[in-house]
Amino acid sequence: MKMLSTRNVITIDDLSIDDIYMIMENADSFYEVLDRELKKVPTLRGKTIINLFFESSTRTRTSFEIAAKRLSADLINFSTSTSSLKKGESIIDTLKTIQSMMIDLLIIRHSDSGVMNLITENIDVPIINAGDGKHQHPTQALLDLYTIKKSFKDFKGLKVAVTGDILNSRVARSDIKLFKKMGMDVTIVSAPMLLPENLEYFDSSYIYDIDKIIEDIDILYMLRMQFERQDRKYYPSIKEYDRFLSLNMERLKKMKKGSIIMHPGPVNRGIEISENVMNHAENFSGFKINTQVTNGVAVRMALIYLMLGST
Amino acid sequence: MKEKALILNDNDIERILKRISHEIIERNKGSENLVFIGIQKRGVPLAARIAKNIEDLEKNDLKIGRLDITFYRDDVGSKIKPVIDITDIPFEIDDKDIILVDDVLFTGRTIRASLDAIIDFGRPKTIQLVVLVDRGHRELPIRADYVGKNIPTSRDEFVEVKLREIDKIDMVTICQSEQR
Repeated sequence: MKMLSTRNVITIDDLSIDDIYMIMENADSFYEVLDRELKKVPTLRGKTIINLFFESSTRTRTSFEIAAKRLSADLINFSTSTSSLKKGESIIDTLKTIQSMMIDLLIIRHSDSGVMNLITENIDVPIINAGDGKHQHPTQALLDLYTIKKSFKDFKGLKVAVTGDILNSRVARSDIKLFKKMGMDVTIVSAPMLLPENLEYFDSSYIYDIDKIIEDIDILYMLRMQFERQDRKYYPSIKEYDRFLSLNMERLKKMKKGSIIMHPGPVNRGIEISENVMNHAENFSGFKINTQVTNGVAVRMALIYLMLGST
Repeated sequence: MKEKALILNDNDIERILKRISHEIIERNKGSENLVFIGIQKRGVPLAARIAKNIEDLEKNDLKIGRLDITFYRDDVGSKIKPVIDITDIPFEIDDKDIILVDDVLFTGRTIRASLDAIIDFGRPKTIQLVVLVDRGHRELPIRADYVGKNIPTSRDEFVEVKLREIDKIDMVTICQSEQR
């Protein structure tokens, strides 16, 4: 019997609300394992997991690797450079080869949006999407939700401002969908050039000036400027970004008590968050960027367990 | 599940726990080196009650931890437990006499998993097992040091333990399970 309602986790919509609550509740137990001196439990002994990263990543890949190893699963890293692979056909060949090695779970990151669907149609192994192009990054959204859960009693009605490069961000797409699913009040803060054309997809209110809501929000979620995904210059100058969208000390002081600041990392110092704020980050208990990283391992452990720990 | 017979009521349980508390003190010649670990879920309140009894008798403070053994099961997946309870052992166990507490001893696999879990936390001096009910049918060479009540059962029966901390009532019943 499966523990999750879905076999693959490609987009946030694959997960039901019950699934999400189950992952959130279990993440605490996995977090506890990370706190022990002997950071290992034998639960997924003998299970084989492949990290298949067609796009480079250190943070996400390492986070999944640590999560798998803490559960005693065998994780193998398989990196490929897209330049050596032709699109489409070769991906499937690669996957069929790997599938023949009798593996239990695939964690895949690829630079093409929507390639995951192609993969699920051609392969029989459960898949976790670790990020596909600009499309989705569901595990990032889950760890963000868990971070929020640890700071607030209830999701319903929490005011969150998702700020920055929405257009190029798979994190934005997964996060906004998930936050809305759990009943949070989402406002998008961005410049017109950083927004996708179909803003209705997000079903959220939109403003371009962060100062308009900085005092009301419970959560300030800063997105990373996706320079590597931008094929042209999306903003006139860093100064303009700073004027409307970035977090500096002045804005930080305006935020209300109990509010938190999040960022998927790594932070572009001086762009999304000022050098000054970053240098003093330890002084603010509301700064959750490092906590997000730790929570990421716990949430990924919970997800891998729920996907593999069933017959 | 259909209830077949009431085995223990609240007074019976209270007396059993008092008796076990005395046995523990007797066998360990006091309580100085004792720590308690309750197996989630119902081992936890039982451990708390026994520890409190001993504290009242010995005038000391005892440490109590909670252990969920889902990560150490030998049958991951076949028995669905979607939500894992918390494991919280906030003390050193090296060289301690651990009083491990569970509600029902059956095949012994839960205890086997608990031993594996505890060993990962350190090297205790001894591990002593307390169970409220021993219902037989061991599949592994595991035995309890302190038993509340021996209840012979058949395989298709089910021993249901209810405790006021979780179920608002104290009682132990035998039930007929519909499917096993």
